Amino acid sequence: MDAIFTEALTKEFDGFTAVEDVNLHVAAGQILVLLGPNGAGKTTTIRMLASILRPTRGRVVIAGFDASVDPVAVRRSVGLLTEHHGLYTRMRAREYLRFFGRAYGVARPEADRRADELLERYDLGESAGRRLGEYSKGMRQKLALVRALLHDPQVLLLDEPTSAMDPASARTVRQGIASLRSAERAIVVCTHNLTEAELLADQLAIIRRGRIIALGGPHELKRAMLGDPIMELRLSGSLDGAVRLLPPGARPIESGDTWLRYRTAHPEVDNPLLLQALAEKGMAVVTLSEVGRSLEDMYLQVVGAADEAEAAPT
Amino acid sequence: MSAIPAPARPLLSGAMLVAGREIRDQLRDWRILAPIALLTLFFPVLMNFTAREAVGFVNRYGAPLIGERLIPFLLMVVGFFPISISLVIALESFAGERERLSLEPLLATPLTDAQLYLGKMIASLMPPLTASYLGIGVYLIGLAVQIGWTPPPALLLQVLLLTTGQAVVMVSGAVVISSQTTSVRAANLLASFIIIPISQLIIGESMIMFWGRYSILWWILLALLIMAIVLGRMGMQMFNREELLGREIDILNLRLGWRVFWEAFRGEANSLTSWYRSVLSETLPRLRGALLLMAGLLAAGYAIGVHLASIYTLPADLVRLEGIGEGLAEQMARFGMLSGRGLAWVVINNVRAMALASLLGGFTFGVLGVVLLMTPIGLVGYFAANVALAGGDAPRFLLALVAPHALLEVPAALLAGAAIMRLGLAVISPPEGRSLGHAWLTALARWARIMAGIVLPILIAAATLEVFVTPLVAARLLAGP
Repeated sequence: MDAIFTEALTKEFDGFTAVEDVNLHVAAGQILVLLGPNGAGKTTTIRMLASILRPTRGRVVIAGFDASVDPVAVRRSVGLLTEHHGLYTRMRAREYLRFFGRAYGVARPEADRRADELLERYDLGESAGRRLGEYSKGMRQKLALVRALLHDPQVLLLDEPTSAMDPASARTVRQGIASLRSAERAIVVCTHNLTEAELLADQLAIIRRGRIIALGGPHELKRAMLGDPIMELRLSGSLDGAVRLLPPGARPIESGDTWLRYRTAHPEVDNPLLLQALAEKGMAVVTLSEVGRSLEDMYLQVVGAADEAEAAPT
Repeated sequence: MSAIPAPARPLLSGAMLVAGREIRDQLRDWRILAPIALLTLFFPVLMNFTAREAVGFVNRYGAPLIGERLIPFLLMVVGFFPISISLVIALESFAGERERLSLEPLLATPLTDAQLYLGKMIASLMPPLTASYLGIGVYLIGLAVQIGWTPPPALLLQVLLLTTGQAVVMVSGAVVISSQTTSVRAANLLASFIIIPISQLIIGESMIMFWGRYSILWWILLALLIMAIVLGRMGMQMFNREELLGREIDILNLRLGWRVFWEAFRGEANSLTSWYRSVLSETLPRLRGALLLMAGLLAAGYAIGVHLASIYTLPADLVRLEGIGEGLAEQMARFGMLSGRGLAWVVINNVRAMALASLLGGFTFGVLGVVLLMTPIGLVGYFAANVALAGGDAPRFLLALVAPHALLEVPAALLAGAAIMRLGLAVISPPEGRSLGHAWLTALARWARIMAGIVLPILIAAATLEVFVTPLVAARLLAGP
C-alpha cells in the first residue's frame, strides 16, 4: 500500500485553480521531492496532504486514512515542517516540544524522551533550556524539524527543510532525512535546492501552475528529458579506429584526439563490450565514465518546454 | 500499515491544552500582566476611595440617592475595566498567531477546529475574567470594611453576569474580526466595530444604573446572550483550517466580487422570462422559513401596537371615525393623492423604507431591518386598537384606510423582511467552503433578485392602490352612518 496516495487532487480558491489533477504514489521508505517555481502549488499540495486544506476535487489517502473521511487520523499520521517555522518565541524548546507532543497525543514521558533524543541528534541539546526567541534561524529550522518528527509519524512532509541553514547544519538535516527513509517512512520534500533534491529523491515531481509536468526517478527523468546517458572514453594513445569498435547500440556524438563521447541506452551492456573490443585491439583505456548532467539542466528543460508549449499559438 | 483510527481526544481536553499554553504565554508578557495587576489591585482601591468620598460629599448636601446609585455603578466599572483587555488578548491570540506564522504548525496537529477555537476563547477570557472577579472582590471587601455596604445578591449576580457576557461578546467578536485579517494591525483597526457598540452598551448600562431600573439589566443580559451565541456561531464557522489558510483576505477584489454577485443574480437565465422563472422557482422557495418567521413577527408587531394602545391611549375625539369620510377624497387629493405625483411620492417613500430596512438589516444580522418593517404594522395595530377603545368600528377603519393597499403591501413587507433576514444571517453561517464575502455577495444577489423581481413590482402596484383606490374606498366607507 502507498503511504501517500493522491488521485486527481485539485484545489480551487474562488475561481483560481492552485492545484490540478495531481496523482502521487509514494511508498513507505521512499522520498518524493517536489520541485517547482514559486507559486506553482507545492505548498497547497503539502497542505492538502497534511489535511489542513480540503481538496476541491480528488482524493488523498495518507497511511491508509482517507483525508475526506478521517482528517484527524491523517494529521496524526503526518509530521509537517512548514515553510515558516512559526515557533512560540517565549517558550523553551522542551516545553514547546512537550506541548506539540501532547497535541499529537504522545504521553508526556514518551514526548520528553523523544524530545531529548531528537534535540541531541540535531545538536540542540545544549540550547534546550533557552527561549526560542534567542535561537538563530538555523536552530529554529532544526527545532521545527524536531517538532515534525516528535510523534514518529509515518509520513513526513517537509517544506524547504534546509532553507535557512548553514552548510554543516543543512548536511546534518539532509543526512537525518536520508536516514528516516530507511526507517520505512514516506517523505515528501519541497525544495528549490536541486543538489539536495538529487541527493534525496527516489521520485521527483516537477509542478508548474498546479499541474505535475514531470514525474519519475531522477535518472529516468534525466534520460527522458536529456536523452540517453553520455559516456566519455579516454585512451592513453590516439583514438584511431576506436569509433568503429562501438557496439551497435552506442552512437558517437563528439570526439577529440584521445577521447570520444557517445550515447547509449544500455551502458551496462555496451560499455563492457567496448572495453573488451579495445582490450583485444591493445588500446589502453585511461577512463570510461558517464558525463554528468545536472538536475538543473533537466529542470530548466522541463519547465522551459512547458513554457514554450504554453506560449505556442494553438 | 494500519488504518485503525486512534480514539478522538475529548473536546475539552484538547481545548484546555491549547488554553494552557496560551495562558502561560500571556503570563510571560509584562504588557498583559501589568494592566491586569493594576486593574485588579490598584483600581478597585481607587474606586473604594472615590465611592467613600462621593458618598460623604453627596450626603452632606442631602442627596444620598446619588451615592446609592454611584456605588453599584462603580462596581460595574471595576468589573468591566479588566475584561477590556480580553479584546486585546483575543486579537493577539487569533490574528497575532496568524501574523507570526505560528498558526500552521498548530493547524497541522490532530486537534480539531472546535478544540482550537474553544482553547483560544478560554485563553482570551480566563485571565481578564479572573482579574475582573478579583477586582470586584477587592472593591466589595473595601466597601464592606469602610462604609459597611454589601450588594444585594441580585445586583451582584447581574454585574457578574454582565461582565462575563460582555467579555464573551468582545472575544467572540474579536474572533470574527481576526478571521478577516492577517495582521494584528488590521485587526486593531477593525476592533472599533466591537469597541464602539460595547462603549455604547456601557453608557446605556450606566444610565440604567443611575436611573435605578436594575430589572432592565436582565434584558441587556438576554441581548448579550443572543449576541454571544450569534458571534460564537460565526466564529466557529470562520475559525477553520480552510478559512484560515485557504484564502487571500486582505485584498479587495472588486472584479471577483462583481462576478460572484452577477453570477448569483443572473443565475442560469438567458432571458428576462427565464430569469423570472428562476426567481420564482429557486430564490423564492429558499425564503420559506424566513417568510414564516416574518409573518409571525409582523403579527407580533400588530399585537405590540394593540398592547401599546392600552398603555398610551389617544384621546377619543382624535380617533373618532364618524363623519371623517365627508370630503375625505378632496382632502387626500390636496395631499397629492389621486395623482401621478402622489403615486411617485408613495413609491419613492416605500422604496426608501425598504432600502433603509435592508441597510440596517445588513449591519444587525437582519434585526433592525425587520424591526423597521414591523413598525408600520405596529402603528396600524395601535390606531385600530385606539379606534376600538374610543368605541369606534376598528374593522371598518382597517377596511377603509388600510386594507385596499395592505393587500399588496403586507406581502411585499413579508418578502422584503424575509430577504433582509436571510441577507443579515448570511454572515453568521456562510455555507461550507465559501468565504464570508462570497456568502454575503451571494445572499445580496438573492436579496436583489427578490427585491427587483417581486417586491418592487408589488410596491408599485400597492402604491397605485394606495393613491388611487384607498382614498375612494375610505371616502365611501367612512362617509357616515
